[in-house]
Amino acid sequence: MSGDGEQTVDRTSSEERVALLEFREVNTHYGAVHILKDVNLAIYPGELVCLLGGNASGKTTTLKTLLGMVAPTSGEVVLKGEVVNDKPISYRVENGVTMVPENRRLFKRLTVKENLILGAYLRSDKDGIEADLQYVFELFPRVEERLSQKAGTLSGGEQQMVAIGRALMSQPTVLLMDEPSMGLAPALVQQNFDLIQQINEEGMAVFMVEQNANMALSIADRGWVLQTGMVVLDDTAESLLANPEMRAAYLGEA
Amino acid sequence: MAGRVSDGAIHHFAGGSRLTATIERKSARQVSKVDRFLTLIRVFLVTLIVVGILAFIAQQVAPENPFARWRNPDAVGLTGDQFKGLLMSGLSQGAMYGLIALGYSMVYGVLGFINFAHGEVFMAGAMTGFIASDKFSQTGMWESNFLLSLAIIIILAIMVSTLTAVLMERVAYRPLRESPRLIPLITSIGVSFFIQNAVMGVFGPSTKSYPQLPQWLSKQRSILTFEIAGTKLLVLLVAAVSMGGLWYLVERTKTGKAMRAVAEDKEIAALMGINVNRTIVTTFAVGGAMAGIAGILWGLLFRSVTHMTGFLPGIKAFTAAVVGGIGNLPGAMIGGISLGSAESIAPLVILEPLGVPGVSQLKDAVAFTVLVLVLLFKPSGLFGEQLSAEDRA
Repeated sequence: MSGDGEQTVDRTSSEERVALLEFREVNTHYGAVHILKDVNLAIYPGELVCLLGGNASGKTTTLKTLLGMVAPTSGEVVLKGEVVNDKPISYRVENGVTMVPENRRLFKRLTVKENLILGAYLRSDKDGIEADLQYVFELFPRVEERLSQKAGTLSGGEQQMVAIGRALMSQPTVLLMDEPSMGLAPALVQQNFDLIQQINEEGMAVFMVEQNANMALSIADRGWVLQTGMVVLDDTAESLLANPEMRAAYLGEA
Repeated sequence: MAGRVSDGAIHHFAGGSRLTATIERKSARQVSKVDRFLTLIRVFLVTLIVVGILAFIAQQVAPENPFARWRNPDAVGLTGDQFKGLLMSGLSQGAMYGLIALGYSMVYGVLGFINFAHGEVFMAGAMTGFIASDKFSQTGMWESNFLLSLAIIIILAIMVSTLTAVLMERVAYRPLRESPRLIPLITSIGVSFFIQNAVMGVFGPSTKSYPQLPQWLSKQRSILTFEIAGTKLLVLLVAAVSMGGLWYLVERTKTGKAMRAVAEDKEIAALMGINVNRTIVTTFAVGGAMAGIAGILWGLLFRSVTHMTGFLPGIKAFTAAVVGGIGNLPGAMIGGISLGSAESIAPLVILEPLGVPGVSQLKDAVAFTVLVLVLLFKPSGLFGEQLSAEDRA
């Protein structure tokens, strides 16, 4: 994993401003329902960005479209300069995109180790996988203690560690996170955001979808706000935090 | 003791019991008739089993004592060797049920429905075994090189059964992947009829007999004081090896991990880069292979096969899967072995002492009574997990 970090830094300097993952005028439909409307997004190497929005604003659909679980009806999903609209999820995972799903969604009947190894399902470099396992243990010593336990028996915080560890095992260059603070005890939420920041500082781009706008913007570089499938705000995190419209709609009660 | 409890505690306790009483009264009102009926069945079955076993023990102690003769004046009891013989037949047949049950359990695990056509996959294996062994017997190879012929018919049966199962998934179930679970369930019954009738159309409705097994195989052998026919020993061995192979595949290989991941959460499995469709096909293929092996074992044990051969063993294997806890693989195997032993032993140990006539023909009744018992007392099966609300939905 440490090797991968260096790679990412290299890419940043040589291919500056080539987005890792990009939406160009993306529209999606579920049946006749128009979900995403001409959405433009771009995630650049090493960035920590967040997507905010209320319920049913299209946040989860955005993630699913980025991963290829939902096909866009028009527009382009671009992965490192290549249009990947009709490529399967596995192609995107192989090329450095992965997600920590909402509510962690570990394989509860499998052991912690099996969960982590499944994260590296598409890789066959045994030494690299072993090295990344060690990296995950370094990041989360607790996970190593629980290695042979069934994932379903872990606490919420531990499950979150395994979920992030599992995602890291695929050697991503961009990590998508769906509601990382959802369902965590308040004390763990801060710890969780610290962790996301730490992973980002090691060179990985993070794209996070969050309800907790205040917390997300406090660590993010940039952010977008989705409203009924349209990007209504696209700005740096600082400006978003200062934006009166934003304050009223999303930060008011937080 | 009550005197020492503080007022608060008494109050709390009383409140608690009042609440429980209310809930009980409410639920009693809702399901009273069904509940009473089920309790009646439970009591009846348990009494039957207990009295049967007591009468059997009385018989064993002395066939002349009044309790032994109470229901069955002709009571003679069983000798130790007879009992061991029954146990061995039960185990070998149960191992075969277990192998079929694995297919039910695996498919249920990944797709959440019962593939009722799985018995037909088993029948396809048994039929292939008949056709191939018949040819071998004509050329004389069956006698001259039995083990090689057996290996070849097992491989052929595995291939045909695997192909049947995979085609079934591709043609009948994959187009229905997104529909409610009842739809593929009903479809599987249709697939079952289709295969039965197709096989009858092609090979005719007559009973086909496997060639005679070589003398050295079928003769009685003695192992640890157990007298067992060589055939049954072979059946147990093949079943044990297959089960071991399956366990290794599921628990120790990457494919197995993918299968377990898909069984638990298809969306996240896909997120790991697992090809979900291919994994489902693999699951059908592996279940089919196990049924193919079971088909040959059936041929060895009973030496006859028809287009209807898949029906009863199929239903019994399904019972075995439920007994073990559907979706649980060791459970399926243990369920099969328990069911086989029960249907072999119970008629003589429980029913005969009760004076039930014609007990040797009541194997099937026993098997399905076991199903009823499990559903009455432990619906999730012996090793089944309690389904979470989310899984049930």
